[in-house]
Amino acid sequence: MRGFTLIPANVNVPFISRRMLFFVFSSVLFATSIGLFLTRGLNYGIDFKGGIMMEIRTEGPADVSSMRSALSGLGIGEVALQEFGAPNEVLIRLQKQKGGAKAQAGAVEAVKAKLGPNVEYRRTEFVGPKVSRELLWSGVEAVSYAIIAILVYIWFRFEWQFGLAAVIALVHDVFSIIGIFALLGFEFNLSTVAAVLTIAGYSINDTVVVFDRVRENLRRYKKLSLPELLNRSINETLSRTVITSFTTLLALLALYFLGGEVIRNFSFAMIWGVVIGTYSSICLAVPMLLYMKLPRRTGGGTYKKEGTAVKETP
Amino acid sequence: MVYFAKWKVALVIGVCLLGLLFAAPNFLTSKRAAMLPAWLPSQQISLGLDLRGGSHLLLEVKVRAVIRERLESLVDSVRVELRKARIRYAGLGVTGNSVTVTIKDRARAEEAAKLVRKLEPGTETEISDNGRLSVTLTAKTIKERSILAVEQSIEIVRRRIDETGVREPTIQRQGNDRILVQLPGIDDPERIKRLLGKTAKMTFHLVDERMSAQEARSGRMPPGSKILPSVDGGGFELIRKRVMLSGENLINATPGTDSRSGQPVVNFRFDSIGAKKFGRITQANVGKRFAIVLDGKVISAPVIREPILGGSGQISGNFTFQSAQDLALLLRAGALPAPLTILEERSVGPGLGADSIAAGKIASIIGLILVVVFMGFAYGNFGLMADAALAFNMILIIAALSILQATLTLPGIAGIVLTIGMAVDANVLIFERIREEVRAGRTPISAIDAGYSRAITTIIDANVTTLIAAVLLYQFGSGPVRGFAVTLAVGILTSMFTAIMVTRLMVVTWLRRKRPRELVI
Repeated sequence: MRGFTLIPANVNVPFISRRMLFFVFSSVLFATSIGLFLTRGLNYGIDFKGGIMMEIRTEGPADVSSMRSALSGLGIGEVALQEFGAPNEVLIRLQKQKGGAKAQAGAVEAVKAKLGPNVEYRRTEFVGPKVSRELLWSGVEAVSYAIIAILVYIWFRFEWQFGLAAVIALVHDVFSIIGIFALLGFEFNLSTVAAVLTIAGYSINDTVVVFDRVRENLRRYKKLSLPELLNRSINETLSRTVITSFTTLLALLALYFLGGEVIRNFSFAMIWGVVIGTYSSICLAVPMLLYMKLPRRTGGGTYKKEGTAVKETP
Repeated sequence: MVYFAKWKVALVIGVCLLGLLFAAPNFLTSKRAAMLPAWLPSQQISLGLDLRGGSHLLLEVKVRAVIRERLESLVDSVRVELRKARIRYAGLGVTGNSVTVTIKDRARAEEAAKLVRKLEPGTETEISDNGRLSVTLTAKTIKERSILAVEQSIEIVRRRIDETGVREPTIQRQGNDRILVQLPGIDDPERIKRLLGKTAKMTFHLVDERMSAQEARSGRMPPGSKILPSVDGGGFELIRKRVMLSGENLINATPGTDSRSGQPVVNFRFDSIGAKKFGRITQANVGKRFAIVLDGKVISAPVIREPILGGSGQISGNFTFQSAQDLALLLRAGALPAPLTILEERSVGPGLGADSIAAGKIASIIGLILVVVFMGFAYGNFGLMADAALAFNMILIIAALSILQATLTLPGIAGIVLTIGMAVDANVLIFERIREEVRAGRTPISAIDAGYSRAITTIIDANVTTLIAAVLLYQFGSGPVRGFAVTLAVGILTSMFTAIMVTRLMVVTWLRRKRPRELVI
């Protein structure tokens, strides 16, 4: 049985010569993301903001507006209600109550008393201010350390220029996810941070594969101009890049549509991250190498650092 | 390449068979799995609370309160010592981690220091020139006391939860002063939260009947007495500060009903020392009122009608059946050394858990089918081999999670689905490379050989970076997110094994049988 080829073998898309287009697009994307983050801000979930969240299911379709007016009369501060996945499922968010643990429990009980016994309480979460601050901080720490660790690894395995290019692409991906969450107002919580970290790993994975080919071609074609060489490397690995992104997207789409409401945000972040990560590996990380003064000797000589930083592939 | 060492063949097949064996119990019901003979693995993946339903509580022990209490009792002892020695002093009180007092007669400061020094081990006593004496708890003592307080709290929390009959609770220390409580199957932890929210420090005092609480509030407070709020009626009681007896001497407490009024009551029984003391006190104070104080509130203050010598008694407050039961439970389990606060709570009902499992299963199966079909189309026979490797990958993930007894959470299921998509990456890399080598004019065997060996460095580099992200997720994440990190990391490792070793074994076997002249991929 013969497989079909998604991307023809002799494909030659001029990625490198169109790099300015990508740079402009990415700069705009990056700037917009930061702008949205600063102006609109993120819709932090209770993980990072503290407060109470309850997920309920009613017998028939829920009357959200009458619930809202009933609950807002309880004197427990701001109450936000939202349909969650199905017409009979509602997500209730309460702000953190003044006072200790008793006040939190009291607010939950007040809501339960108001809504009556015909409601199924599917999930109740309370996060205190101390914990929410810690969770936010550890999320920031995790993402920062991940970026540094990846930079160091790539530096160690390739050259610092590769590491720098990869990390710039990575930061671009991370902010793009933050930007779209700010734009759409999706809840940003612990699992979003998990998605961001996974995308960091995925995006680098993609970048490393192309970089690997660049490194190989640098040794193989000593007389080829750098732009041509980079373009060739991208095109040679294009089929793999597209297929892997495609299979990952297939699995993620299944998760997005069938995995349930609780992880829909997470799946969304991953899908967007895979698309952006794939784009940034090809159109950002590799073209950037042009400006990084790769150590290279044209015309017959051996590769400058052979035997030291660059390992011969077996 | 065509030569695939025998031990490698054995290793690959062995790992796959072991994987099957360890994954198998997960496809049985838990009852059937428990019935498996002892020599067979029977461990199933343990589900997180977000999947099986349950409650997760993060508590903080207010260690500071223990230190504060320690210092306050030290103040009392200092006062007693100084009075006994007739040393005049002023400004006795707590500042920071020290008890400070100014000795009026400076010549006796040394003597006072000597007396005070003996009072409490683990303190340092200093005298300054102006006769100011400070007794400071050392950092070591504070640390030891804190550790002890947290350990005692864990023990008491465990007893209280055990008394409620929750099955398989997990109670563990987290960080310095936190306790993580996980209660599977509990989706409404209100009662447990109420039980944990009480310190349950019970003390017995005599009521100061020289004046009413009202008079003491408006006028002058008699020395050695204090005013405490009363639980029923919202009034106040004036009681003697001196603790006659405390809850530590209780050996049992049970809920019951009063034989005359039919009201819910709590019956208690003292140990032998407590019983003797209780007998002596009641004997000496017949006709007086005796206050039972719980966590700074007077529950009841009955009149002692006759000496109680049997060591058992009854508390009749304004109880409901439930509150009598809860109080009895708290008294049996003992008092917490310090108050607890709830920092975080996450409770999931069984309905949502079951829905999440179902949705996760469907998403995994559909995702798997989509990827399997796509790989078949994209790489023909080779794609089918990658599919077989993917199936083994799933089995190995399940087996690894069962062996590690890692907790599978909802994000963990997401991690598995993601692994399905990413696991084929290694095979895609290898196959694409083989295609290139074929186009470059290599023979089948050398193309496959080159394909595998050249792709491997790329595969390792690419996977190590994802593994870095997974390790950091585990390090900084909590609860469900950690579950995701575990499945992601396990998935990366097993996928490297299956994509490289398992497909290679299949490709080699296929090459040996068919000996194709031309490679179609």
